[in-house]
Amino acid sequence: MTIIDAVLGDFFWRALLGGLGVALVAGPLGCFVVWRRMAYFGDTLAHSALLGIALSFLISVPLNLGVVITCVLIALALVLLSRTRTLATDTLLGILAHSALAIGLVTLSFMPDVRVDLTGLLFGDLLAMTRQDLVWIYGGAAFVLSLLALLWRGLLMSTIHEELARVEGIPVERLRLALMLMFSLVIAVAMKIVGVLLITALLIIPAATARRLAHNPEHMTALAVVFGVVAVSGGLTLSWYLDTPAGPSVVVTAFLVFLMVYAGARQSRH
Amino acid sequence: MTDPLVRLEQVTVAFDDRPVVDRVNLTVSRGDIVTIIGPNGAGKTTLIKTVLGIQRATSGQLSVAPGLVIGYVPQHLTLEPTLPLSVRRFMLLSGRALSDCKAALERTGVAHLLDASVHHLSGGEKQRLLLARALARKPDLLVLDEPAQGVDINGQATLYDLIRQLRDELHCGIIMISHDLHLVMAATDRVICLNQHVCCSGYPEDISQDPAFVETFGHQVAESLAVYHHHHNHRHNLHGDVVSTADAHEGCSHDHH
Repeated sequence: MTIIDAVLGDFFWRALLGGLGVALVAGPLGCFVVWRRMAYFGDTLAHSALLGIALSFLISVPLNLGVVITCVLIALALVLLSRTRTLATDTLLGILAHSALAIGLVTLSFMPDVRVDLTGLLFGDLLAMTRQDLVWIYGGAAFVLSLLALLWRGLLMSTIHEELARVEGIPVERLRLALMLMFSLVIAVAMKIVGVLLITALLIIPAATARRLAHNPEHMTALAVVFGVVAVSGGLTLSWYLDTPAGPSVVVTAFLVFLMVYAGARQSRH
Repeated sequence: MTDPLVRLEQVTVAFDDRPVVDRVNLTVSRGDIVTIIGPNGAGKTTLIKTVLGIQRATSGQLSVAPGLVIGYVPQHLTLEPTLPLSVRRFMLLSGRALSDCKAALERTGVAHLLDASVHHLSGGEKQRLLLARALARKPDLLVLDEPAQGVDINGQATLYDLIRQLRDELHCGIIMISHDLHLVMAATDRVICLNQHVCCSGYPEDISQDPAFVETFGHQVAESLAVYHHHHNHRHNLHGDVVSTADAHEGCSHDHH
């Protein structure tokens, strides 16, 4: 048996590998969530992942695929509905987020022969990481990271000043859609580790922690990855030794790091 | 006479069937400085957004010179506090070489701020940074939305002076929106007073006597402005037709110095 087999054969290492893959994409995307004030938007997409799971069971397609497609559709619906401006965006997001979650739960309850671990879906499950999930995570991460690198200047510019970006010929609307597609992918692959309710935390907290120390956007992105990696490895270790739920343990670790960095930065100022 | 950079013909922009910009004609050529003035809600910003191509016209014709490079100076640069950004990085995001960016910053007098954080700039410095960013693109047309906002009185005059110099150096066309009537009148070639439609247009000292202008801005403003003289080395008339701004300018051999 090779070392790789030994690692992949152990569910803790599988979970850790998966978590690190998620942290790799959550860092840069999390920065965009923070910069573009999309936290609530991310939450809505994450909640609709549960609807995606229910629908996947209903029409028997692979879970990851079902989640990505549902998230993309909800994202498109959000973009279209927010253009009509009949409801404030946060109201709209609140309606869609909770309705999607509720519809997902109700649909699942109609399928008694489908046995899903609801707690695992909502809060993440260390034991659930399969080799196939790892393929999804690293495939998704590679795709999202290359897309981000390719679109970086345009995305950053349209985040800084949308109109200026448009005048300079940057396809702002298409970039917005690309960003949503990337979010949907990340949510689909991160769901297993931290659960749908806590994905946004993994996006936001490392990015916010990085902000305290960063001097330019790329620096912030790299630091967010580092803090994400710390949160995932610390959290999963915690979960392993203390038998705590995986998702919340990761988020608690991320939060502790956030507190330490902010306290440290405050100290060094005086 | 060179081909115009931008030509608007009977352009209307309506929101919910309510015209915000109503059948406006406007032509800007190289070397022109056109200033749009008008009360709040007159559609000034909507009009320049149409010129910029970020607001679709409901009806009418907009034609721009092929390959036109526009430098846009928006009203504000409000940066998310969560986004760390240095002046250098912001300039480089224009996609131009560092040497061009530095030269542009030099020209607007903020080269010393190259490594400063954009968050720490004053209002005036931000305006100069935005102007530098527009310059780095070597624009054919410079579009400025209230460039002197947040700039103190002394700075305002200098800024308008700089804009005029830039017109001569780049030989570009300039469209700007302004509220600073006094300074505008001294710094501009052509004024368009907008109140949904073009209520009057022409040369500064003429426009201040135009009945439509007096009606829009009141006697006091008009009288105080009449004192400001704009030096032309030629004679001209104001064809006070309400919407025909392009016509008012045509056939006038304008010598810019």
